[in-house]
Amino acid sequence: MDRRLLGLFGGLALLALVGLGVGPTRIEAWFAANSVVLRQAMVTGLLIGGVYGLVAMGLTLIFGVLDIINFAHGALLTVGMYLTFLLYDRFGVDPYLAVPLVGAALFLFGGLVQRLIIHPARNAPPHNQLLLTLGLALFIENALLVAFTATPRAIRLPYERDPIGIGPLVVDFPLRIWGTTITLPKLAAFVFALLLTGALSLLLQHTDLGKAIRATAQDRVGARLVGVDIHRIHLVTFGLGTACVGAAAALVLPFLSVDPQVGNTFNITAFVIVVLGGMGSIPGALLGGLLIGLTQELSVVFAPGSTKLLGVFLVFILALLFRPQGLLGRRL
Amino acid sequence: MNHRQRLLQDYARLAAVALPLLAVPFLVDPFLVSLAILTLYWAYLGNAWNIMGGYAGQFSFGHAMFYGIGAYTSTMLLLRFQVSPWLGMLAGAGLAALFGAGAGYLLFRFGVRGHFFALGTFALAEMLRLIAAETEFINRSIGVHIPLIRGDSWWRLQFERTQGNYYFVILGLFVLGMAVTIGLHRSHLGAYFQAIRENEEAAAALGVDVLRYKVYAVALSAALTAMGGSFFAQYFLFIDPTLAFGVSVSVQILLRPIVGGVGTVWGPLVGALLLTPLAELTRAFVRTPPPSLEFLRGRSGVDVMIYGALLILVILFIPDGLVGAGRRLWGRLSPGPRGGRRPS
Repeated sequence: MDRRLLGLFGGLALLALVGLGVGPTRIEAWFAANSVVLRQAMVTGLLIGGVYGLVAMGLTLIFGVLDIINFAHGALLTVGMYLTFLLYDRFGVDPYLAVPLVGAALFLFGGLVQRLIIHPARNAPPHNQLLLTLGLALFIENALLVAFTATPRAIRLPYERDPIGIGPLVVDFPLRIWGTTITLPKLAAFVFALLLTGALSLLLQHTDLGKAIRATAQDRVGARLVGVDIHRIHLVTFGLGTACVGAAAALVLPFLSVDPQVGNTFNITAFVIVVLGGMGSIPGALLGGLLIGLTQELSVVFAPGSTKLLGVFLVFILALLFRPQGLLGRRL
Repeated sequence: MNHRQRLLQDYARLAAVALPLLAVPFLVDPFLVSLAILTLYWAYLGNAWNIMGGYAGQFSFGHAMFYGIGAYTSTMLLLRFQVSPWLGMLAGAGLAALFGAGAGYLLFRFGVRGHFFALGTFALAEMLRLIAAETEFINRSIGVHIPLIRGDSWWRLQFERTQGNYYFVILGLFVLGMAVTIGLHRSHLGAYFQAIRENEEAAAALGVDVLRYKVYAVALSAALTAMGGSFFAQYFLFIDPTLAFGVSVSVQILLRPIVGGVGTVWGPLVGALLLTPLAELTRAFVRTPPPSLEFLRGRSGVDVMIYGALLILVILFIPDGLVGAGRRLWGRLSPGPRGGRRPS
């Protein structure tokens, strides 16, 4: 613990030294010149971070309760996005109406996956489960490639630029505040993601099912002893976890085109968030999601030309080293 | 049988496997030679992974970092300084061992374990990939071509005419890697590795310097993996950040030992013997499907899709790997004390 703190403060001192070396006036000038870009990055980061939080919440549930690294999480998101695309393209279903539909479909699909693939391997070594989900991810990704080809598909909301009246207030989109631009799809995704996160926390905190899930996460044997049907809980939890990505998929499709590989980035990001926020912690997933959203957008501003993920991985390694239990997790 | 005899017996087995393999390029057609090269190559890499992931129980999900370091080191030394890839291979091995020891020390020192360690190695490999894609010196994400030379050159490790020479190179590397594992299997070092795998606290309580031996395991595994990366660069004559540091490299490296049998001497080879031809067969199947499945022809993705499904089936039905399954079967067939042969 002491060493961790020492390392942390050492790192901060090093950063301060670098700052002094560059010169405070130059830093100030840089911030002044980039203030709009910075603000936009922060807003975009927070908005997308809400969706990341939702995806990570599904992963953290599965991680915490079933104790497996689900590498098919991103691929399931891709499935959800194609499903939303098909619903919109063939039947004209609005993506926001598709949220519950795709969520329910992926709940069933997740349950099926758990029963057919994860459950039979419950007593196998942990790396087998990882490889099973990996095989599943390969299968799904390439099945989608066969079905839809690699061409990216996108949808565009017809009412994206319409003003929206909330009571007496009329809001124009894209919304411009504080020198930044907020588009309707991103704002809607953020709001719905927060609502769903809240709903899921309520479910976990206040229902019998939620209690059973938390009990299983805490102590599998103990939960079984007091009469929890842990096999059913595993099934339901995996379903809930994939339902989260299903909902998230419908929410991101209005501003993100879908191709068979699109889930990969989400997958990696979700793992980072889960470790950062604390394994099995729902508020941690949300907080981690927002932080990683910020990190990803800001790292592009601070290190132009680099990819968004570099800063994310840096945060990940630092989190592993200095706070392996996560920001809001229990001490390991 | 005493300790020394067992070791000699293992080496004799290795020789018995390797010596007949010397004849392969003279007997079969070029396609099968290239299949044999790939099989041995994956067996070699799987064996390198197995030292750390199997014997020492430190599950790496990012072995591409060592592989990529090896591939880029030998390639850049060759292109910029005309250094023979053989020396580049050694340099890459040294560099990867240093990197692995450093990264391993940091992660282990801070108590990163299990799932978290696997994810940490994964993140490190991905970081190297992203950094490589931004580095001008190694031509960013465009990648580096190794210029073709006419004829064969052992010094340049490039064979235009005699593809079979690549086979002898990878066979040599494979025998080297296996010899290291066998030596390890029968040594104190290997015993420490396995004690750490079984129970870290107990090993520490018995006086094993856990941190030190875990770092050794990473360094050894990293060095061997990097040499495989150098070989690939010379065989393929092209390297880019995804080929070197990509996720699929890490996955491919660990698949064979897991399917074959984690922490067993022969697991990586057995796994490679099953999976490599399987991958080639699915590819060939999609290239020329049977008439009833004609619609599959030329569709990209079908081969990997089948491969993914087969992978799931193999892991579901042979959870402890082929070597483990073989032993169980052998134990059931041969009547003896305790119903079978003691796993040695």
